[in-house]
Amino acid sequence: MTERVYMKGNEALAYGALKSKLNAYFAYPITPSTEIPETLAKEFGNEEYPDFKVFLQAASELEAVNMVLGAAAGGVRAMTATSSPGFSLKQEALSYAAGMELPLLVVNVNRGGPGLGNIAPEQSDYFQMTKGGGHGSYRLIVLAPNSVQEMASFPKIAFDLAFKYRNPACIAGDAFTGQLKEDIIFPTIRPTDYDVSDWAVTGAKGRERHVLNSMNLDPEVHTKHVTHLDEKYKTIQRNEVRYETYLTDDAEIVLAAYGITSRICKSVVNKLRHQGVKIGLFRPITLWPFPYEEVRKLTEHAKRFLVVELNTGQMVEDIRLGCEGRAGVGFFGKVGGLLPAEREIESKTAEETNWS
Amino acid sequence: MTTQEPSLEEYRRKLGKLEALTDKPTHYCQGCEHGELTRLIASAIENLGIRERTVMIDSVGCSVLAFDYFNVDHIQSPHGRAPAIATGLKRVRPDLAVYTVQGDGDTLAIGLLEVMYAAIRGEPISVFLVNNAIYGMTGGQMAPTTIQGQVTTTTPYGRDLGFTGAPVDGSKLIATIDGSAYVKRVSLAISELDTPKGKTYSIRNILEAKQAIENAFKVQLMGGFTFVECLSSCWVNWKLPIMEAKRFVNERLVKQYPLGTYKDKFGIEKK
Repeated sequence: MTERVYMKGNEALAYGALKSKLNAYFAYPITPSTEIPETLAKEFGNEEYPDFKVFLQAASELEAVNMVLGAAAGGVRAMTATSSPGFSLKQEALSYAAGMELPLLVVNVNRGGPGLGNIAPEQSDYFQMTKGGGHGSYRLIVLAPNSVQEMASFPKIAFDLAFKYRNPACIAGDAFTGQLKEDIIFPTIRPTDYDVSDWAVTGAKGRERHVLNSMNLDPEVHTKHVTHLDEKYKTIQRNEVRYETYLTDDAEIVLAAYGITSRICKSVVNKLRHQGVKIGLFRPITLWPFPYEEVRKLTEHAKRFLVVELNTGQMVEDIRLGCEGRAGVGFFGKVGGLLPAEREIESKTAEETNWS
Repeated sequence: MTTQEPSLEEYRRKLGKLEALTDKPTHYCQGCEHGELTRLIASAIENLGIRERTVMIDSVGCSVLAFDYFNVDHIQSPHGRAPAIATGLKRVRPDLAVYTVQGDGDTLAIGLLEVMYAAIRGEPISVFLVNNAIYGMTGGQMAPTTIQGQVTTTTPYGRDLGFTGAPVDGSKLIATIDGSAYVKRVSLAISELDTPKGKTYSIRNILEAKQAIENAFKVQLMGGFTFVECLSSCWVNWKLPIMEAKRFVNERLVKQYPLGTYKDKFGIEKK
């Protein structure tokens, strides 16, 4: 069944989560993510979503994410959404959840920072989302949609990965993908059933007790635990990298961008291809695990990368790591809600490559 | 000591081996009431026959290792957040009995919002607060419940209330919240008695605490938010001999924090 709808990214994400059998949502309002809890509050009790059992507004970002943690420990699909300043407050619980190997979903609709910043789009939480964010050696699985369509389809992918690896997942939206209203065919979502019987906290009836804990006072036991996590992250890095390439097969110049900026870059690629420039687009979809290997492959013919982000240069570091010095890497960024115009990216590309 | 009251030894023997406890010896200091509380909670769980549907949320503080002691399912919480985690779990699995054991710093300083909002929403959970007027695990710093003049490592010249604000009365505070159903303050410190036969101990406090803890679980199962504050000693960080520390609880701390029932919305104590 396909359904044509005209909706905001945040609304699409909420319906995507519902159709993925979301069980519990814990809310705290923050612009520009608030349409997510608002949509879910409206749908709470709708018979179309019989799995959606809990909607609760918390008193703080901390409370909300710890409620998600408690619900996830119960073995159900639980999530919350927030925006940058709120995402900072989620870090403590995310570190605990990673340490305890709990599957849960936190959506971050990235806005301007640092501090209160503003409520306009940025991609400035890239480091925080992809490099850990909280304390200790851990990773979040981070997916970056670039359209309303993907805002709808990514919650299911995020839950699947979170439960497959028992690790927190994050959807990295920005105020554009969240607030943008598009005409889409709502994707058909077939929810997966997850087996949580060997770890979920449900009461120790007819089985040994389940202890969800991230603490090991014995250094050797703790080393074993962190090594186990690290091996898991390596498996994820090997198996779960997602990306999109566009006209990169013979590209000498590669624009690298994710989220909303990848769509602007695609237009630039189309335009310059008409002028005979050998240019392509590389768009990471998983920001972690990052597609380093694919970047390395691109350097077999690409001489130059231009990374376009809504920040002052964060993913550019991962592109450089992927290039391992085999290609030049330039950067073009905008912050505070300003978007790079196509002509700006074009002239920056020309500048970087001395092609004009 | 009344004639009906068993001796400490008799009472412990009567508790016997509890299925709700593991075989692991606790790390609690000799004389610390945490061990007593552990036994009391385990015996309440057993008396009510709810071990297989009970989950403990482990907090940060001296009770951080409780996952080793209680033979039930566990979730570790960040410092102060246990009532929020309990909320999340209880909301998705309402048939469970969910409890926390939290220190005074965990509950009344870093986690005050979490415990107050769990009470405001009337979450059917049980919070067992160990109030020993100090941060024990970190080595004896000022707690929200440290009393006027009390020496700690961060109030080396004695707590000055004009400077730090007054001690927080957890039971009184939680009882004022409409959503709370059962709020009780007990002492876990045994008292020393002189008898013609020599020194002996009264365990009246412990028997009262035992009843309060059972009541808390019962009220939770009836759907109410429950809070039992357990006055305790910390002779190590108070730098007092064990029995003097217990006397300090029963003579000095009870003046700051009077024992009793602060709220009994469902009249459980009359049932």
